[in-house]
Amino acid sequence: MKVCITAQGSGLDAAVDERFGRAPSFVLVETDTLQAEPLENSANQENHGAGVAAAMTVGRSGASALITGHCGPKAFEVLRAAGVNVYTGAFGSVRDAVQAFLDGKLDKADDPDVPAGGAR
Amino acid sequence: MKVAVASGKGGTGKTTVATSLALSWGDAALLDCDVEGPNAHLLLHPEIAASYEVTVPVPRVREELCAHCGECAGFCRYHSLAVLSRQWMVFDELCHSCGGCSLVCPTKAIFEFPRRIGRVIEGRRAEIPFVQGILDEGEAQAIPVIRAVLRRASDDRDVILDSPPGASCSMLAVAEASDVVLLVTEPTPFGLHDLEAAATAVSELGRPMAAVINRADWGDSRVRRFCAAKGIPVALEIPHLRKAAEGYARAQPLVESVPGLRDDFVALRDQLRALAREAAA
Repeated sequence: MKVCITAQGSGLDAAVDERFGRAPSFVLVETDTLQAEPLENSANQENHGAGVAAAMTVGRSGASALITGHCGPKAFEVLRAAGVNVYTGAFGSVRDAVQAFLDGKLDKADDPDVPAGGAR
Repeated sequence: MKVAVASGKGGTGKTTVATSLALSWGDAALLDCDVEGPNAHLLLHPEIAASYEVTVPVPRVREELCAHCGECAGFCRYHSLAVLSRQWMVFDELCHSCGGCSLVCPTKAIFEFPRRIGRVIEGRRAEIPFVQGILDEGEAQAIPVIRAVLRRASDDRDVILDSPPGASCSMLAVAEASDVVLLVTEPTPFGLHDLEAAATAVSELGRPMAAVINRADWGDSRVRRFCAAKGIPVALEIPHLRKAAEGYARAQPLVESVPGLRDDFVALRDQLRALAREAAA
């Protein structure tokens, strides 16, 4: 399956960024092969609605799970509509986060865990 | 003549001054534009005759026409829209009602739908027409409600605009609609700091200003020095009086609790008119 991780750079060794909407970039990882490809988060400098725009990007990317630190209410609603499961509490590198996800160590979020405006 | 009664700092006496002007002049309209906390009615005691809803247009989609291309979401700088492969979502509270999404939609799938964000009430006290805007709780956009209030200002009589506090968009929308701005302040460090912000913003608009110093007989002289340096005439100084505070606590207008001030507020009319005329010339 394809998963999307919020990151501070590209590739498996980039550090996870715990923010979703304002993450510097996204990394798409195919979990079977650990093949990584970058996905631009064009919303990260926005004054308004970064979460909505970022969720739309992820929703249209074909990823079936988002791995991040925190996720706010509007982004969560869009991701839910897109059928993307949200896993929070990730840290370390993108590789660490994918491994934690595969090991079942990340929490699948049933609700947003930060208020609108997110973790800045 | 339209007079905006404004201040940088909240609690300096804007509403006290606005209602005192209205009651002293007797024939001007009072428009309460402080839609996030309107309170002029508490002192004016008008009879309310009508109430109107204020709405803003927000987008809705005809699903059968939507191609989920995402053009609308790409256009919206506030990201109030999210378009997925099979869904179309709108976050009304992020929408600024520009209408751009419906214009860029290649399949004409988007139409606009009115969403209530507040209301305007109208009434009068004797010969004083009264209008008040009220932003609904939880709503973020005060300006459309303020504009709905300002549209009810008539040209055939003087209008007193009770402005929101601060030096933000809300206050400037009211100042921009006025011919002259009366800045209510107090001779304290906070009063001075916020007066500076308000006067700087208003001067950008090119509106003439005058100041009212409330509770003028305490604090220090820095507000007066600032006004003198900026060429802002101090049109009135209101002393700190126990009977003014007692009257206020009973929701009594200042010119009723301290009737001696009525002539001063009457005299302000010619002074403000001269400033407005001078600026227009």
